[in-house]
Amino acid sequence: MNDIREILKHRILVLDGAMGTMIQRYKLEEADFRKGWFENHPKPLKGDNDLLVLTRPDIIKAIHREYLEAGADIIETNTFSGTTIAQADYGLEKYAYDINYHGAKIAREACDEFTQKDPSKPRFVAGSIGPTNVTLSISPNVNDPGYRSTTFDKMVVAYEEQVKGLIDGGSDVLLIETIFDTLNAKAALFAVQNVQEKMGTRLPIMISGTITDASGRTLSGQTAEAFLVSVEHADLLTVGLNCALGASTLRPYLQVLKKNAPFAISAHPNAGLPNEMGQYEETPELMAAQIKTYLDEGLVNIVGGCCGTTPAHIKAIADLVKNYQLVEK
Amino acid sequence: MNLHPDYQGKYKYKWSDLRNMKLSGLEPLEITPESNFINIGERTNVAGSAKFLRHIKEGEFEAALQIARDQVEGGAQIIDVNMDDGLIDGKEAMVKFLNLIASEPDIARVPVMIDSSKWEIIEAGLKCVQGKSVVNSISLKEGEEKFIYQAKKIKQYGAAVIVMAFDEDGQADSYEKRIHMCERSYRILVDKVKFPPQDIIFDPNVFPVATGMEEHRKNALDFFRATRWIRENLPGAHVSGGISNVSFSFRGNNPVREAMHSAFLYHAINEGLDMGIVNPTMLEVYDEIPKDLLERVEDVLLDRRDDATDRLLTFAESFVGGTKEKKAELEWRKENLQDRITYSLVKGITEFIDADVEEARQSVNMPIEVIEGHLMNGMNVVGDLFGSGKMFLPQVVKSARVMKKAVAYLLPYIEASKTETKAKGKVLMATVKGDVHDIGKNIVGVVLGCNNYEIIDLGVMVPAEKILQVAKEQKVDVIGLSGLITPSLDEMVHVAREMEREGFTIPLLIGGATTSKVHTAVKIDQNYKSGQTVYVLDASRSVTVVSSLLGEERDRFIKEVQTDYVRVRENYASKKEFKSYLSLDEARKNKFNIDWNKNAPVIPKFVGVKEFADYDLTELRQYIDWTPFFHTWELRGKYPAILSDANMGVEATKLFNDANAMLDLLIREKWIRAKAVIGIWPANTVNDDDIEIYTDESRKTILHTQYGMRQQLKKAEGAVNECIADFIAPKNSGLADYVGGFVVTAGLDIEKKLAEFEADHNDYNSILLKALADRLAEAFAERMHERVRQEFWGYEKAPLSKDDLIAEKYKGIRPAPGYPANPDHTEKPGLFKLLDATAKTETTLTESMAMMPASSVSGWYFAHPESHYFGVGKIREDQLESLARRKQMDLEVLRRWLSPNMEG
Repeated sequence: MNDIREILKHRILVLDGAMGTMIQRYKLEEADFRKGWFENHPKPLKGDNDLLVLTRPDIIKAIHREYLEAGADIIETNTFSGTTIAQADYGLEKYAYDINYHGAKIAREACDEFTQKDPSKPRFVAGSIGPTNVTLSISPNVNDPGYRSTTFDKMVVAYEEQVKGLIDGGSDVLLIETIFDTLNAKAALFAVQNVQEKMGTRLPIMISGTITDASGRTLSGQTAEAFLVSVEHADLLTVGLNCALGASTLRPYLQVLKKNAPFAISAHPNAGLPNEMGQYEETPELMAAQIKTYLDEGLVNIVGGCCGTTPAHIKAIADLVKNYQLVEK
Repeated sequence: MNLHPDYQGKYKYKWSDLRNMKLSGLEPLEITPESNFINIGERTNVAGSAKFLRHIKEGEFEAALQIARDQVEGGAQIIDVNMDDGLIDGKEAMVKFLNLIASEPDIARVPVMIDSSKWEIIEAGLKCVQGKSVVNSISLKEGEEKFIYQAKKIKQYGAAVIVMAFDEDGQADSYEKRIHMCERSYRILVDKVKFPPQDIIFDPNVFPVATGMEEHRKNALDFFRATRWIRENLPGAHVSGGISNVSFSFRGNNPVREAMHSAFLYHAINEGLDMGIVNPTMLEVYDEIPKDLLERVEDVLLDRRDDATDRLLTFAESFVGGTKEKKAELEWRKENLQDRITYSLVKGITEFIDADVEEARQSVNMPIEVIEGHLMNGMNVVGDLFGSGKMFLPQVVKSARVMKKAVAYLLPYIEASKTETKAKGKVLMATVKGDVHDIGKNIVGVVLGCNNYEIIDLGVMVPAEKILQVAKEQKVDVIGLSGLITPSLDEMVHVAREMEREGFTIPLLIGGATTSKVHTAVKIDQNYKSGQTVYVLDASRSVTVVSSLLGEERDRFIKEVQTDYVRVRENYASKKEFKSYLSLDEARKNKFNIDWNKNAPVIPKFVGVKEFADYDLTELRQYIDWTPFFHTWELRGKYPAILSDANMGVEATKLFNDANAMLDLLIREKWIRAKAVIGIWPANTVNDDDIEIYTDESRKTILHTQYGMRQQLKKAEGAVNECIADFIAPKNSGLADYVGGFVVTAGLDIEKKLAEFEADHNDYNSILLKALADRLAEAFAERMHERVRQEFWGYEKAPLSKDDLIAEKYKGIRPAPGYPANPDHTEKPGLFKLLDATAKTETTLTESMAMMPASSVSGWYFAHPESHYFGVGKIREDQLESLARRKQMDLEVLRRWLSPNMEG
């Protein structure tokens, strides 16, 4: 039984943790971001982490393996910024498809390895779809609030390419995450539907918003419940929240989703809040203790980590989850 | 009164197995069986409002938005937007207007109804809204195929839909046609398109009655009956309508129209109508319709008499011209005296306050009663609104300005009558010795003052002796200490100890940027056992804390604080055990190693010291990072998103406009002067942690040594223990490296203007000016750093965008002594001496190493591309001893300076 829709009815699944934190540990240089693909590219590429699925697949796969080893059921592809829009900063629009295809493929291989080892715990690839670096609901120019730097249609085209790459590369699930502007997410949902209709696929969709701060709203101003209402027209596997807040601060907004959503719930919070130096300090134990309250309340069906989390955090969460049977939704 | 036989009592929703319809703007709108009636604003419709059409045609979008805002404020739960007019580009206007609405949180909080007869306009609109909107409308008018296509798209965009009772043969104008077309549409939508049934809204056509034509007699009645049928037979579907159509024959006779609308709604809602497009100002309250008029209106609507139309027409003539125009400008000036004073205080209007206070003074025996009565009543409203999050800090400060003006007006009368004001309590406030930062303290003072506490503000750099002396003399009830720089933490501990020693028992409040609950609980509270110490996070908490401490709840509150602090201390102690530290030697072995071969130091174009007198403020203005400015005012959000924040957006925008207006004046009239000095010198690292700065390129004579602090916390594998000296090439590498330094200030002469504002009781402007000077100083530091990188050191090519600057995407850093990367404040005098900063920028250091003027920034420049900000964190005794030795400082003196960084 390898259908995530079915498994989710019986078990709580664990999502992996942060990619950026792990990549930092490798102390990569400009050359790592160019290797074999972009040796003569005119712009500096260091920092464009998604490229590593092309130039250093060994590292990305090793990180996936660390998370699988830690007990993650679902691995996110390293494709958060794999759209023509997000890659435009680096002049690499042309490689959006490649990033997604290879990103999914690497995760697929890593997951298959582990599924083979233990078929009773099948592992899944979640194609990660980020919010891009532009926003459809907010003007970048204060003096011209009606202005938009891109259009819904252009964003749909960009997302279609990403989604196609993710599906071709072997994703099991599509994860639209870190949504700070619901209109961007609606464009992504629109694109997913277009592509799936054309390809005849029916991959489940996970969607995950970001509550920016204690105001309890997304960057584009919506409350958690308004966000839910705005995306629930799509047939979703899960709706959830990630990033920006730590597990305990995220909890009240997850409760809102849990109360109102006709779908399963996911959460991948940060390892606490960053300190004044921008570093995340929450230890695996501290984070797991907060996640435990989620589990005690039956709040989540899929749980993992975002910024600042490491395989140690995921292991702590996975060990905890083992003790919990799923509360009937 | 007889109703039509079809009337079956109030409609009851019976499809309990279906979900409720949910819509959203920034906030959700759920239509439940109990919702009764959702009213949809109709004024943002070019077909319905000549005024709105004119604004759109003339491109007056600001005015058009105001109409939308008025509607939402007036209670519209959804706003209908329609741009169908031959003379405007409907698609362009729809997109522009919806995009503009998205930036107006007080409008965008409600869902939008995208209203057009053209599909392309509808689809363009759907691409602009993040929430779940309603499409108005689609129908079978152009056949099933088109209907299905459009419905599928709407479902994919995630919107609800209004379906008109309209098909290939025309509009439904009878009961039978209405239910037939609605049923057919419903089946297609639900069975073929799989449209969620609860998201379908039917509009079974509201047509005029009393037209004199026989076939229109049953128009309203058929609508009522069709409404009932739809709600009883089509599971989940809703019914809506454009209500004002019904009274079309009575244009120009508003009293009759209003009565007709109300009566129509009354009956339609009974039959199951659950939403409708209405103009709330064109609606009479059903129970207030004169009985004779109501009877004639209902005769027409329910088709109860053959002569119903004639009777209503005759009766209507007596009402012609009786239009009521509501809401004149300054309507609030007609309210009673107390309400006017409250209004001025809440809205921060100073214009009428003197006149109103004079009127109040004449109505009472003693002038003091105006303060204790009228004004305090108003300020209590302000306090309640602020306390419940309905007013924000900038508004409260403006309220305080009005209050102060009013009190100033009364003061001569009060003095003449020789009475004293009775405050709720006396609060002494001070920024501690050695520290000059007072914006936060001033805000707390204003907020407490607004709540009728008497504030004794001792200002900045106040020694403990003075605080205690005044506290005794004035018999204060609370002492509040503030500070921004880390040495102030220790000074606060000192004040607490002194209070204990001198036998004080009154509460001690702690606030300011570097203070924290942990520090208060662990370090301060422990030293003052005779009274309660309380950490106050921000101004908005100060009122609750002070009123709890001085009120009846005092004991319970103190018990809570104590329990909390015990827990905080235990947590702190247990956390400490988790962390392990390296010895200084081990930490040095794990230093941050730069591969100097890969990126050799860049030789600066300029070496030496350079000063900048009277720097152009216009240039600095462009470098302002606004986000911290809003934080100062306790508006916590990111700029520019905060300007459109649903909660704070309106106030943030006002504050932003005020700030820019003040900047204009400040620059034009030269309120403040800005000066800077920078320097770049040959330098190398020695003994791992220290940077030697040389007089010249021969690197023989040491001009100054800058001592660095190194992280000692045991890190995860692969992570390093850093020190700023790691970013400079070591002497034994033989490489020629350099370090820079700077001091900038944007606070010279600020006192003059501040004194003017104080004389005018204008706390708002005074705080605003200080906050702006702080921002200009930061902007100055940013700008000088940019010039150093590009011009003087010259290692950076392309000018960066402002956003990159704020995100600090450039290479190289400018850490300040006393801040996380080198927390040792005693490194500052050396920097000042190197730059001769006091002579060149008129900036001095206090005994706690705070810079004066407060709006100043200093720091070192490190140019290496791998240099970065970090926090030293806690250090161990061995490093303290090593530092004391290297710096030739007394161990215990240095320990006091570094106490915030000492482990344990």
